[in-house]
Amino acid sequence: MIKMIKAKNKLGLVFFPAFDWAISSTHPEREERLLYTQDQIFEEGIEDIEGIYFYNPAIATEKDIQRVHFCVPDVKSRLTKSHFISAGGAIKAFEAVMDGDVDKAFALVRPPGHHAQRVVYGDRGFCIVNIEAVMIERIRQQNKDLRVAIVDTDCHHGDGTQDIYWNDKNTLFISFHQDGRTLYPGTGFLDEFGGPSAYGYNINIPLPPGTGEEGFLYVLDNVVLPILDEYKPDIIINSAGQDNHYTDPLTNMNFTAQGYAKLNDKLNPHMAILEGGYSIEGALPYINLGIILAMAGIDYSHVKEPDYDKDKLKQPSDITEYIKKLSHMIYKRWQNREKLRADIVKGKDNIQRARQIYYDTDGILENQTQNFKICKKCSGVNTIDSQSDTGYHIFAITIPMDACSDCLDQGYKLYQDTSKFHYTNIYLQDRVNDVYYSK
Amino acid sequence: MIVGLDVGGTNIDAVIIEKGNIIDTIKRPVNHEHLFESIWTALEELFSRHDKENIERINLSTTVSTNAIVENKTSPVGMIIQNGPGLPNDYLACGDENVFISGYVDHRGKLVKDLDQKEIDKAIELFKERNIDSCAVVTKFCTRNFSHELKIKELLEKHFSSITMGHNLSGKLNFPRRVFTSYLNAAIYHTFKNFSNDIKKSMEREGIGAPLYILKADGGTTSLSAAQERPVETILSGPAASFMGINALLHTDKDALLLDIGGTTTDIFFLADGLPLFEPLGIEIGSYKTLVRALYSHSIGLGGDSSIEITNGRLKIGPNREGPPYALGGPKATPTDALIALDKMKIGNREKAIEAMKLLSKELNLSIKDTAQKILDTMGDMIKNEVDRLLAQINSKPVYTVKELLYGKKIKPQLINMIGGPAKFMQPILEKKFNLPCYFPKHYHVANAIGAALAKITTDITLIADTSQGILSVPEMGVYEKINRNYGLDSARQRAIEILIERAVSLGAAKDEIETEIIEESVFNMVRGFFTSGKNIRIKAQIKPGLIGEVKGDKND
Ligand SMILES: [Zn+2]
Ligand SMILES: [Zn+2]
Ligand SMILES: [Zn+2]
Repeated sequence: MIKMIKAKNKLGLVFFPAFDWAISSTHPEREERLLYTQDQIFEEGIEDIEGIYFYNPAIATEKDIQRVHFCVPDVKSRLTKSHFISAGGAIKAFEAVMDGDVDKAFALVRPPGHHAQRVVYGDRGFCIVNIEAVMIERIRQQNKDLRVAIVDTDCHHGDGTQDIYWNDKNTLFISFHQDGRTLYPGTGFLDEFGGPSAYGYNINIPLPPGTGEEGFLYVLDNVVLPILDEYKPDIIINSAGQDNHYTDPLTNMNFTAQGYAKLNDKLNPHMAILEGGYSIEGALPYINLGIILAMAGIDYSHVKEPDYDKDKLKQPSDITEYIKKLSHMIYKRWQNREKLRADIVKGKDNIQRARQIYYDTDGILENQTQNFKICKKCSGVNTIDSQSDTGYHIFAITIPMDACSDCLDQGYKLYQDTSKFHYTNIYLQDRVNDVYYSK
Repeated sequence: MIVGLDVGGTNIDAVIIEKGNIIDTIKRPVNHEHLFESIWTALEELFSRHDKENIERINLSTTVSTNAIVENKTSPVGMIIQNGPGLPNDYLACGDENVFISGYVDHRGKLVKDLDQKEIDKAIELFKERNIDSCAVVTKFCTRNFSHELKIKELLEKHFSSITMGHNLSGKLNFPRRVFTSYLNAAIYHTFKNFSNDIKKSMEREGIGAPLYILKADGGTTSLSAAQERPVETILSGPAASFMGINALLHTDKDALLLDIGGTTTDIFFLADGLPLFEPLGIEIGSYKTLVRALYSHSIGLGGDSSIEITNGRLKIGPNREGPPYALGGPKATPTDALIALDKMKIGNREKAIEAMKLLSKELNLSIKDTAQKILDTMGDMIKNEVDRLLAQINSKPVYTVKELLYGKKIKPQLINMIGGPAKFMQPILEKKFNLPCYFPKHYHVANAIGAALAKITTDITLIADTSQGILSVPEMGVYEKINRNYGLDSARQRAIEILIERAVSLGAAKDEIETEIIEESVFNMVRGFFTSGKNIRIKAQIKPGLIGEVKGDKND
């Protein structure tokens, strides 16, 4: 009799490689991207493992997108079918967890989403829709008070997710990434610490090029896990971008499949969602396999890349020292967040934030100013005034989910009073009633 | 004349079909201890009534391989397994000796680490010490590059009489299944070979020159000599015979549900636009998941002889059979007793059937008639529930393209075709439960033998052309050849069909009878850096499934 392999944790997999979709035929985000990952998953016989279940993606609705984004001019003109499916894939995976069908889930879907911000004029960093956010906000319709921690392990700063949850204390966002001074999108520094209602709940960990297993796991053990311990989220989500790998063509890090699996194992997330990662032959098949096994609670110690060389990938000691200091500083800031917030909001009714946003994939430049009202009773109505070099000038109003009646009224009044004379498009996002208007 | 024979659990059925007419049938009890003798006795008796000269072919659906596995009457096997990086290997240890060796190729078939010949030499010594004569060699991703399997086979050849190589058995990716499939093939190699030799000898003695084919789980046949090389393909051909039988007797080109309601089990199959549905990877036997190509079939423990119990005031039918129906001297009430009590089936002792119903009726607080009716009704519900569950599963099978997800085919049966003893009586009930027309043929009692008789050679191949490496491979046929950088989809399609035909001929098909089709194809642009480095072309081609011909009426009715 043969010994059967069994998952310790029931794991749901939404594996949707979208073999018929590409940004363009030679773009990193092309049909071939998950081909070898599929080969590896198939050859390993993952689908036969007891306790691992495969699901097809659901298809996200227009409303699912509107809950998170202001698509300009509208949802339909910005998204392809693949975007609805990718976000729907994440939703399906999360639903499987929330319904108790599985203990954990991993959505291996494309295109990715973590660079998609609240306003969407086009594609940036291969993302149009923030699939994590669309997923979380859909689930929050039934679970209003869900406390979520997102740990973004993509090599690029998850600037889209940061923007969406900037002012939301119920969503802790932690991003590991290669230092913004050396990589797109050029953001993700320590002082980007959240909006006035969630100051301290947006944590960036910019790592120096060349960071390896040791550095990532150090940050996990000394910053991320302690913070999660204190934050006590209901759900932990790993934005599992895989471009920290030593073979990735777009980045300069030295992370490994073993490292990703260990990180996932220690982080112990309910959900993982594939983000970037473009070493499609040398990294993705092994990292994805490692993450699947780690999530399922199966021995992953034999998962290794063909050219894996522990000695060559050893992290230099100056990097190790730098990361230790950085970790200390970040953790300190987290502990002092209340005091730091008090300094920032002292004597203010509103806080403004002006930014320039570049859409690298579509070559669009956006200038925007966000305004956050500081309200004692809720996280405050907030607005975005934004202009793109494609000719749009929009005004977008968000009434947050926890809005007090004053903020709710103020949001509607703003929408009514803002004239189309100045703007090409005006949007109202009423998260209290889950209704979305535009004019 | 085409001869079809099917070995069932209790009987051997055989038929002779000539020009679409069933001209003779025979049913004899089977002795599983002496399977070959049982088969040959039935055939001899059938042949004695006809001119042996006129036999064009003989198709056998046998249980020789299945029984060997299920009853654990297999030869010891020495496994050589190259696991590469990935999952741990302990759960692959299915052989009597398992040697895990170093070296590996990656998912594209690129050699990463070479073999260590010393490890193979050691394995040879070990197997010899243990008196093992059957070996199997399986390497991870051998479907992409089987050079290690070939090298190891060369080293083993002079020491052992049977060596199974993983890449010969399937082009599909699933290493654990390939390991188990190879193990089973090696384990039943000698059993099947003995069976095959017995057949050859008897045919020679009787002067029968017609070719003989063996039915496979995919509803097709393979030549005796090919089956001898890959006996694992002949496991579990029984359900395939009944599937083919239903289709031979009741033709449709719609989505359909097929049922074989027998004494102990009900087998469930589906047609999509009249075409068979296959298991995505392969069939399961015992605790082994395999890559043996098979028709999709699902069996539930529910049949005419299933024993009936009442637990907590509820009827429970099956999944066990504890003997014949009560009316035929069995220990427990069965659905057949319900049919006898209702005077629908005229066999056995009706008084006893009524007695069985009476006992149940008290517990259910129903009349005897209502009790019998409720039993049949419950059976209908059980079948309906199971079919709904299976359809939901089939219709949500993973897909990988936007097009398939949005517009992919969903199976929605338009009718039910069924065979088996109780089928006729279940017709009105199932029609109501499913709200579908329900058909059963007159000659269901030899349907399996008819199905076997009309089965044709089937096979499939998997081709990968990787133009950046300049390699085209078809593992099932051991093809690994060079191609140039401009090799395109058209050439790949053509080559796939060529190789498929070559394979079908090697399995015993006549060249002019072969109908091929490409069932899957994809081309991936391979990009390295920001430039296209080549194409990755993937093609699956198969012999069109189907029957040699149809049956008209039959003279022996
Ligand atoms: Zn990235
Ligand atoms: Zn308020
Ligand atoms: Zn403006």
